[in-house]
Amino acid sequence: MKLGTSAIIGGTLFALAIFVGLFAPWLAHTDPVMGANLMNAEEPPSWTWWFGTDAQGRDIYSRVVHGARISLTVGIVSQLVNSVIGVTLGLTAGYWGGWWDDVVNGLTNLMLAIPSLIFALAIMAVLGPGLTSLLIALGLTNWSFTCRIARASTLSLKSQGYVQAARVLGYGDLRIMITQLLPNMVGPIIVIGTLGMGGAVLAEASLSFLGLGIRPPYPSWGSMLSEARDQITTAPWLSVFPGLAIFLTVLGLNLLGDGLRDVLDPQSRSRRA
Amino acid sequence: MTAAPLIEVEDLRIDLDDGARHVAAVEGVSFRIDRGETFGLVGESGCGKSITALALIGLLRRPLSVAAGAIRFEGREIQGLSAAEQRALRGNRIAMIFQEPMTALNPVSPVGRQIAEMFVLHKGKSWREANQLAVEALANVRVPAPERRVKDYPHQLSGGMRQRVMIAIALACDPDLLIADEPTTALDVTVQAEIIELMRNLCAERGTAILMISHDLGLVANVCRRVGVMYAGRIVEERGSDDIFRACAHPYTQGLVDSLPRLGSRAALGRSRLREIAGVVPAIADFPSGCRFNPRCAQATEICRTTAPETTWLGAGGLVRCHHHA
Ligand SMILES: Nc1ncnc2c1ncn2[C@@H]1O[C@H](COP(=O)(O)OP(=O)(O)O)[C@@H](O)[C@H]1O
Ligand code: SF4
Ligand SMILES: [Mg+2]
Repeated sequence: MKLGTSAIIGGTLFALAIFVGLFAPWLAHTDPVMGANLMNAEEPPSWTWWFGTDAQGRDIYSRVVHGARISLTVGIVSQLVNSVIGVTLGLTAGYWGGWWDDVVNGLTNLMLAIPSLIFALAIMAVLGPGLTSLLIALGLTNWSFTCRIARASTLSLKSQGYVQAARVLGYGDLRIMITQLLPNMVGPIIVIGTLGMGGAVLAEASLSFLGLGIRPPYPSWGSMLSEARDQITTAPWLSVFPGLAIFLTVLGLNLLGDGLRDVLDPQSRSRRA
Repeated sequence: MTAAPLIEVEDLRIDLDDGARHVAAVEGVSFRIDRGETFGLVGESGCGKSITALALIGLLRRPLSVAAGAIRFEGREIQGLSAAEQRALRGNRIAMIFQEPMTALNPVSPVGRQIAEMFVLHKGKSWREANQLAVEALANVRVPAPERRVKDYPHQLSGGMRQRVMIAIALACDPDLLIADEPTTALDVTVQAEIIELMRNLCAERGTAILMISHDLGLVANVCRRVGVMYAGRIVEERGSDDIFRACAHPYTQGLVDSLPRLGSRAALGRSRLREIAGVVPAIADFPSGCRFNPRCAQATEICRTTAPETTWLGAGGLVRCHHHA
């Protein structure tokens, strides 16, 4: 298994983001919410204030660092929920076929027809802002690609000798799905999941920017951008650093996803062979 | 009074129904296998051997289905069992190995785990115990250094080794019947002989009955005490293995015998090709009326084209279905 350059660069960026998120309390200079001090309001970036400060004198660097926690939690958890839903639906639909397959296909098509951000927006409008609502809204609206891939993989794997053999050896349906089918489709599922995680980070930023996600004063990258909106010309650092954090994280996840695809996805592997 | 057979197939008919047509792929097939006995089904590719085997373990799926007849395992009708009861038989009391050792193993699971799964599934063992038993099972099929080999993935093993692993999986739960469907067709000749020998010895030691399926009459007759010759979905002759070579009764069987390479004819092989039966097995939809072998049979007469031959009983439990049998 050889990782390409894009997987390595992407992996490094993502690992860096995870590291920052995990160790945020130690990396931050001040408390991201309470550390306001009007004496230091709107300082541009300097040796003391690496990323500058905002109108209330809060350290932007500390807020970006803490924002990583929220943005990554939303990205990872919501994508995990999506993956679990997508795999469960796609695998069972492909395996059992029949009316269940029709139902899942209908649902998938519906999800694909509605832009997932619009759908998430609607859910957020009902549930109200907050971390839990974000996780629910983003976790329920982006499983259709995973579902498609899981279903297609199941259909092609179902005729494999080892799946037939498992049936002959007395495996039940559930055991076949878990031991024979699932492990043989993890590659493409991980690829889709990685790309989806990038999408979720962006979606969180968008929803928070619109005031529907994480609300100020809590620092998610999206909510920081939202707050910085009015000072984009007077204090550009308020927008630049959270924007850069989003950009690098999403870029990292996309590079990682593309790089993993080359290694893990058997289809693109055979295409190259 | 004779003991109940291990498995008994009576007048089995398998239908192929894909909406457009409804035809019998297998018809009037009957045979029985006693405990510890070895029985072979032989015939060219497409004669219905594999689907008969699938019917035996209750795994025919659309468009194929058992349309008539009975399959009894230890006197119990397979068709009458619940799905869970059938699963409890499969892999546990009736096991099966296939032609393709390359594809019959899960590529992303270590072979030891695949063996161990059988003990967990059918014998209720813990994974700890099962892993231990898997090492023993690998040792039993003469895989060297089994403690290390259990961690290998299928792609790290040769074809012969993989087929040994398949045998280890199949025999893990000490089944009463092992169905071997073309178990060595994909392997080269020397490995073939080793695998057959291994399978035969292990089954003989444990008293496991074998249903051996192959297009190779020589192989089947070598392993099995009795042989059923199948053609186009029917058993056309059933004999003791020795009788087949000494005095087979059906023209199709004669054709199979004639197409075998004979001892001492090796030198001649280079010059003249083996005699083969002219023509091919017809597709199910194109089965001819009368005796299904008639388009390829040198002895065919008018009656062969109109009337299916009845069963004629021969000595020593043999039978043949031919109007002009020897
Ligand atoms: N799933 C299936 N759908 C339709 N026809 C099938 C299917 N499986 C087998 N057949 C047909 O049934 C006949 C017997 O097949 P098979 O039992 O595999 O033959 P054998 O094992 O003797 O070579 C063949 O004509 C084959 O084309
Ligand atoms: S019944 Fe007729 S066609 Fe069929 S095998 Fe016998 S002689 Fe040949
Ligand atoms: Mg076959």
